[in-house]
Amino acid sequence: MQFAFTEDQLLFRDTVRDLLANECKPEAVRAAWLNPTGRVPGLWDKLVDMGVAALTAPEAAGGMGMNEVDLVLLQEEAGRAALPEVLIEHTAVALPLLAELGESAWLAKAAAGEVIVGVGVGSPYVLYADQADVLLLVHEDEVHAVPAADVTLTAQRSVDYSRRLFSVAWTPSDATLLAKGPAAQQAVVDACDRGALAAAAQCVGIAQTLIEVTVDYVGQREQFGKVVGSYQAVKHHIANALIATEFARPLAYVAAYAVANSTPHRGRDVSLAKAAASDAVDKAARMALQCHGAIGYTFEYDLHLWMKRGWALAASWGDASFHRDRIGRSLGI
Amino acid sequence: MDLTFTEAEESFRHDIRSWLQQHVPAKSLRSMDTADGFEQHRGWEKELHADRWSVVSWPEKYGGRDCTLIEWLIFEEEYYRSGAPGRVSANGVTLLGPTIFGFGTEEQKDRFLPKMASGDEIWAQGWSEPNAGSDLAGLKTKAVRDGDHFVVNGQKTWCSRGAFADWIFCIFRTDPEAQRHKGLTYFLVPADTPGMERNPVGRLDGEPGFAELFFEDASVHESMILGGEGQGWNVAMATASSERGLNLRSPGRFMAPAERAVELFQRMSEARDERVGGVDPTLRDQIIRNWMNAQAYRWFTFSTATRLMGGGHMGPEASLMKVFWSEMDVEIHATALRLAGAQGELMGDAPDAVDDGTWMDGYQFALSGPIYAGTNEIQRNIIAERVLGLPR
Repeated sequence: MQFAFTEDQLLFRDTVRDLLANECKPEAVRAAWLNPTGRVPGLWDKLVDMGVAALTAPEAAGGMGMNEVDLVLLQEEAGRAALPEVLIEHTAVALPLLAELGESAWLAKAAAGEVIVGVGVGSPYVLYADQADVLLLVHEDEVHAVPAADVTLTAQRSVDYSRRLFSVAWTPSDATLLAKGPAAQQAVVDACDRGALAAAAQCVGIAQTLIEVTVDYVGQREQFGKVVGSYQAVKHHIANALIATEFARPLAYVAAYAVANSTPHRGRDVSLAKAAASDAVDKAARMALQCHGAIGYTFEYDLHLWMKRGWALAASWGDASFHRDRIGRSLGI
Repeated sequence: MDLTFTEAEESFRHDIRSWLQQHVPAKSLRSMDTADGFEQHRGWEKELHADRWSVVSWPEKYGGRDCTLIEWLIFEEEYYRSGAPGRVSANGVTLLGPTIFGFGTEEQKDRFLPKMASGDEIWAQGWSEPNAGSDLAGLKTKAVRDGDHFVVNGQKTWCSRGAFADWIFCIFRTDPEAQRHKGLTYFLVPADTPGMERNPVGRLDGEPGFAELFFEDASVHESMILGGEGQGWNVAMATASSERGLNLRSPGRFMAPAERAVELFQRMSEARDERVGGVDPTLRDQIIRNWMNAQAYRWFTFSTATRLMGGGHMGPEASLMKVFWSEMDVEIHATALRLAGAQGELMGDAPDAVDDGTWMDGYQFALSGPIYAGTNEIQRNIIAERVLGLPR
């Protein structure tokens, strides 16, 4: 039992944190809300150069050959910065899914950062499908890799303007078939678990930022001659959000370990992580808005960038109720 | 990161599990807060000690096994899963014990630890006063030096196990001139000290789980000071950190009832008596939440244990743990009582009682959690001020 990260893993986390602190400031996220792509121009290329984007691709395919334990801290950083990117879909889900199914052509290009792979598992909507070169889609017990030219997209506008979601119309064909049968179905379950794990880690990161910015704000805002953060009612709101977040965090790490090591209980461990993280980020968002008061309720103030990402990710890849139900079934109730 | 247990850890788990299977009494003991139940529980402590299971994490010379923190957590998981009796020695071995290791002289360690481990001396905590509860530093009981002794006058209250304990660890004010947190001293006081009277007080469940202590010119020798005169607050905070964090309330204590509640849900769903109606299906979600919380507490604790074993220290984050485990414990038992429906109120000797009334017993005990060891409101202040840095 050694429940800790290595120095290298923490160092990589710090490097990504520094990059995002410079390149993904709230004003950059805000700009992405209104630009044509919903993403921060040039930032994905930097993540490709750092090895983040293809972290989970096998070395033979040109990736870093690292696993979910390495990735989980980076997903947390992505959440902290409200990074509008494909780090869940492309990095956490698509690359391992392609590798698991033995696909190599798209995998090599994706690992090299030449293409973006959209993912249509775990959700009816595909994030940034308009910018994907190929989409991994499921039809019955089949997984297909469908080139962007062969799908029809319908935009589904998200409350988080940076999240460009689309429903996808497509026709399965032998040309796009990657795998079918029980192995393909298991690969889809694993893919959904990887997505839920990554989303859980991002939720933890978002919750942490919501707490940090609230602590900063209530430490400055004065009413009745004192900073509002000195009042117990405010302190206790924030303490409750911190408790929820700090107890969700280790569950995300446990789930990362379970997925990376393909343990028998990995599905349940992922559900623990996602249910706890979804609830934590929802709680942190409610707390942050209440403690900010009216300023937090404005579109101009940055708070809602994290709050809305939190709402979106809490509900994606299975919401808390979905995952609690899955845990219950694993417990025999 | 390696979340598997080593061969040594697995073998340790096997050993304690087998021992418990052979030794846990088939019939539960009387409440440890009754005179005969207290002695029954002392007997159980002696049985644990005879096979070196009473203080596994302590050094061998004091009766322990030099176990790692991880092994201790494994011990706790197995202990509570087995349904073994509550630990009447807990105030000693989990609160005072670590404090003596941290602050005691060699003489004090040799004098007190072995008998604490063996159950020959059972300890109670005498800190709170009628006007010093959450505001502990406002305590007024005075200890005035007279040669090599101190003369104690004042009153302590809510002293758990105090009605039957052999020794009591107390904090007294030795310097009335000094500021609140200064001028306090930590004393180890024999329960038969002349001039100290104790008066049992019925707890919520009706048993004399508390005592009031009255000191009238009681004399305590200076060798009974732990950690130095005037150092009482620092020493007390070390004890409090044990009390709030993982020492007193290991995850095993909550995993066991959370798992039993899953089993209770299955049982009640299948066999619910027609007279009292079916099981509320929404309780399933709460049963799962409780089970999840026990898992979250478990992994938070393993993560903390890894940090402590690497030389880290337990800081104000102990308050996060205290709020979490105490509220989880209440929820686990409250949910089980809702499952029991009209049978929930039945005490253990009622013919229709569910699980011998243990859920109501556990609920009443759990309700003390958010109050003792510093109320959860105080803990949330500590979290906000010392973890997050908000102003007082």
